[in-house]
Amino acid sequence: MDTMDRVSEQPSPRHVIVAPGQTSVTVTEKISSLVFGKTPLWWFGAFSVSFLLLQVFLISVATLFVKGIGLWGINIPVGWGWDIINFVWWIGIGHAGTLISAILLLFRQEWRNSINRFAEAMTLFAVACAGQYPLLHLGRPQIFYWLMPYPNSSGYWPQFRSPLVWDVFAVSTYALTSLLFWYVGLIPDLGTLRDRSKNKFIAFLFGGLALGWRGSSRHWANYESAYLLLAGISTPLVLSVHTIVSFDFSIGIVPGWHTTVFPPYFVAGAVFAGFAMVMILAIPTRALFKLEAYITMRHFDNMAKVTLVTGLIVVYGYFVEVFMAWYSANDFEWFMVTNRFFGPYKYQYWLLLLCNAVIPQLLWLKRIRTNLPMLFLISLVISVGMWLERFVIIVISLSRDYMPSAWDIYHGTIWDVGTFVGTIGLFLTLMFLFLRVLPAIPMSEIKMILPEAKLKNEEAH
Amino acid sequence: MAELHGIMAEYEKPGDLVAAIHKVREAGFRNMDAYTPYPIEEVIEALDFKTKMPLLVLCAGIIGCLGGFGLQYWVSVIEYPMNYGGRPLNSWPAFIPITFECTILLCALTATFGMIAMNGLPMPYHPVFNVAAFREKAGTNGYFLCIEASDPKFASAREALSGTNASEVNDVEA
Repeated sequence: MDTMDRVSEQPSPRHVIVAPGQTSVTVTEKISSLVFGKTPLWWFGAFSVSFLLLQVFLISVATLFVKGIGLWGINIPVGWGWDIINFVWWIGIGHAGTLISAILLLFRQEWRNSINRFAEAMTLFAVACAGQYPLLHLGRPQIFYWLMPYPNSSGYWPQFRSPLVWDVFAVSTYALTSLLFWYVGLIPDLGTLRDRSKNKFIAFLFGGLALGWRGSSRHWANYESAYLLLAGISTPLVLSVHTIVSFDFSIGIVPGWHTTVFPPYFVAGAVFAGFAMVMILAIPTRALFKLEAYITMRHFDNMAKVTLVTGLIVVYGYFVEVFMAWYSANDFEWFMVTNRFFGPYKYQYWLLLLCNAVIPQLLWLKRIRTNLPMLFLISLVISVGMWLERFVIIVISLSRDYMPSAWDIYHGTIWDVGTFVGTIGLFLTLMFLFLRVLPAIPMSEIKMILPEAKLKNEEAH
Repeated sequence: MAELHGIMAEYEKPGDLVAAIHKVREAGFRNMDAYTPYPIEEVIEALDFKTKMPLLVLCAGIIGCLGGFGLQYWVSVIEYPMNYGGRPLNSWPAFIPITFECTILLCALTATFGMIAMNGLPMPYHPVFNVAAFREKAGTNGYFLCIEASDPKFASAREALSGTNASEVNDVEA
């Protein structure tokens, strides 16, 4: 439990997580200059595009409120379409942030210190995007609070045996816990920014957010303990959230949904998609903000390895789905599999396998794992693949379940596309604002892994 | 002379701070606090600060767990009993996910707000910020030790701190 363990031995250049020559002073100056410096030109461009996409979201949602969810392509039997696909897609993306900030902290993976703030912000914004869909899907989002248990004049209560109610609790707990974890991590850095800001008003703002943090050891003792505990409880939480999301499907009896492999397969898929998204965001940010000293090739190499492993678990899930359909000797299950292979949505299925099972195998090669343009492309492919996976699970199973007379074909409409593109706008807008006004890399946590923080060596000299 | 909050020494290296804490504690000083830009386990140990956080969060978790299950039991069995295809009213396996989420939620809220409250935050004013070097370096690379005026041996605090490897020793006005 002491700092000695946390401070690794002198790393070889290949394993470096913070470039040599960095000190507390350079770290503080570089990272606070991102906040206090002049807004770079590219930021205005990137923010404008994101903000434009956010307007697409507002238009889509406003139209939805006026016309109702008939605007979307959903029908009976396919009552869940792009909206639920996007919900699962976004919430899955969020999971990598919690994995980096919580699970890797518990495993003492020091390399996480540079990317965790950033990844947690991604979690928060991805969950914000995910949360839109179930609410919009309600049709009457103004009465969303009926989902929560509270004493009401009608005298009724939610059905606690329903996975959809579990989902309400899981996602809202996840959103709130992620926000708290992120904020607790920010407090010391907000204090540093307060002390460094030249402008009175800005110092007042950061000072308010830092709550009067002064780096006292009494504070740190409580803080370290609270931070570890938050990591400890976030770890089972993140596993439970996607497990419960998978229960939305696997508790039902629809062919292709009612299987026990869903929870682990969903969690692995979430981490797979999430790490791809971290790389999509980290590669340009590192270049544009010149953060090469803090986000090194070691980070990308490690992230690519996690992506590869979780990708293989997902592939195992695809295999088990087919195998269990055959092994169960259930006609409807086997029909579902042949319908995926050769049915009306066969292109989506084979494209999914190409994106998630075939192309990520390139990550076995070290050459690819340390090639940023390639990593960026592969991450984009994985994001598409994971979206298609949810499409395959939701739409193919619903469109042809038991009674052929009840079958129907589903296509998303322009409004489905608009809402989806719009949440990407929401996500990017929040992300660019975050990168501009808050320290994207945790200063206090980087300082913990700098050579100068090593007490043991110092005393030995 | 204005009233003092304490005497503050500044160190350039975390190792010097740890050595200084041991030295002044051996000399009999007790009421002190150290200030570092990142958590240093050795400093916290040298000052003998203990945290009650784990116990607090454990209690919160137990309350969240019982409360979550209790809510579902009360609703499903007592307040709003409904017979769904002959399933038992207290179908407890179906109540596990929400029980778990309530446990986590209360732990997270307690860890965050407990940490803030136990640290006495939010605190709009604190005397240590009156030291210019503190404002400048506490969040960057300064390691500070402050012996507070409430210490019984405070009269000799300046002398004791000057005897350590401090780069600077300052009064902290209250």
